[in-house]
Amino acid sequence: MIELASAAFSYGGGDILTDLNLRLAPGSFHFLTGPSGSGKTTLLRLCYMELLPSAGKVMLFDADVRSMSRDQVALNRRRIGIVHQDCQFLDHLNVAENIALPLDVSGRDAGAEAGNLQELLGWVGLSGHARSMPPQLSGGERQRAALARAVIMSPDIIIADEPTGNIDWEMALRLLTLLVELNKMGKTILIATHDLNLIRTAKSQTSARVLRIHNRRLQLAGADL
Amino acid sequence: MNAAATSFWRVLFASDRRADRVVPPSGYTANLTSFTAGAMAFLAVFALALSLATGRLADRWSAELARTATVRISAPDGQMEAQSKAVLKVLETTPGIASARVLSDQEQRKLLEPWFGPDLPLEALPIPRLIEVIENEKGPDAEGLRLRLSAEAPGAVFDDHTRWRRPLIKAATRLRSLAGFSILLIALSTAAMITLAANAALSANATVIKVLRLVGARDNYIARAFVRRFTMRALAGAAVGTVVSMIAVSLLPPAAEEGGFLTGLGFRGWHWFLPLLIPFLSALVAFWATRLAAFRTLRGLT
Repeated sequence: MIELASAAFSYGGGDILTDLNLRLAPGSFHFLTGPSGSGKTTLLRLCYMELLPSAGKVMLFDADVRSMSRDQVALNRRRIGIVHQDCQFLDHLNVAENIALPLDVSGRDAGAEAGNLQELLGWVGLSGHARSMPPQLSGGERQRAALARAVIMSPDIIIADEPTGNIDWEMALRLLTLLVELNKMGKTILIATHDLNLIRTAKSQTSARVLRIHNRRLQLAGADL
Repeated sequence: MNAAATSFWRVLFASDRRADRVVPPSGYTANLTSFTAGAMAFLAVFALALSLATGRLADRWSAELARTATVRISAPDGQMEAQSKAVLKVLETTPGIASARVLSDQEQRKLLEPWFGPDLPLEALPIPRLIEVIENEKGPDAEGLRLRLSAEAPGAVFDDHTRWRRPLIKAATRLRSLAGFSILLIALSTAAMITLAANAALSANATVIKVLRLVGARDNYIARAFVRRFTMRALAGAAVGTVVSMIAVSLLPPAAEEGGFLTGLGFRGWHWFLPLLIPFLSALVAFWATRLAAFRTLRGLT
């Protein structure tokens, strides 16, 4: 699904990431860890094509991201659900409208899929917040709403960047449970986090692999986790 | 180009409430865009009126003056009749001349009335006799005619109006070109102002655009949300400006012989329908200006 072959990313003349090799198979569950500033977010951005590699190759759905047109990038992003740490909602739209945004931009009739939307709101425990505005939600509710938006198009891959960074442990576990459920439904999951407790808990529930960024390179984390 | 044309009509006539909602309301810049479009449409209507009026003027002057000429006879009292007859005889036998007649004293008095008043003692003044010449389509050979007249009637001067017809028509034509150029400048200024407003809106909504791209929106979808907004604002503003300007033009004094050019500044007949195109042209300008600005901004994003 996602393949990085000797990929690198430089900015302002300095290497941020170098010699990245990674292959995310369909249905796999990966954690990406590393200290703050190590380049976790940069790696995720390479995976969802917000950044292009300065060297090497990034393949997405068997296509080189460099050779994709802007429209192809947009179409491929519909197959990826992204959960940001800051959620990135449009504050002038209510929660239901934010969650339905991927449907709107892809030309699907959100009205016709209202049943699915209600079901999704129920799944993430936000049934009573459909008409709330994003600033009215708590941190955990925002993360769950962001997850609902990420999965509404039934994407093949879900990429989450520090999804539990701003929420309490109880809420983090709830979110993790949802992600594990999605993985069991066959979705490929890639989560960037520095929360080792979350990774240990996930490993007890699913066969997650842990990747670590060390010295600008990507490596498989061992049994120390 | 066809896709863009289809997109323009879709922007004007097909509502897309959800796409419209993804861009937050932009407050006072919306009013500024509408006001600018309205003001520009107001000026464009006047420029159009000027262009049409000067066009009419140029046509009228060239039509009125092109087929007429004058022979002026200045001769001592005893010779005036003889020279007049000689001139008429020459004119009758000159190819290119349809008719010629001596203006009566009353007609000459009427011509001089604007300068000397109604009680002009024409017989007491040494005023030359005027012969009105109507040319046919071919017209006479002016130089040849002048030579024949100087031989037959030494006091006769042939004036084919060329020397004062040309500058008048040239002036009117230049004025029409200037009015047309003003309309072009107004359109370009509208485009520039709407581009600035669109760029400001695009910058202010950089986060919205980023989120839309990340959830899989194509550039067309994002651009359409902005283009539709600015196109509709320009259309509404220009419609108001056009209506107000047309009312102002209709309140100008009616065209009268005495007033000449100034009182003829307005629309006549079907020309009244022409300003109605201005709101649509304004919308078209806004459509292209915003579309170009939006795609330029979007190309800078991944």
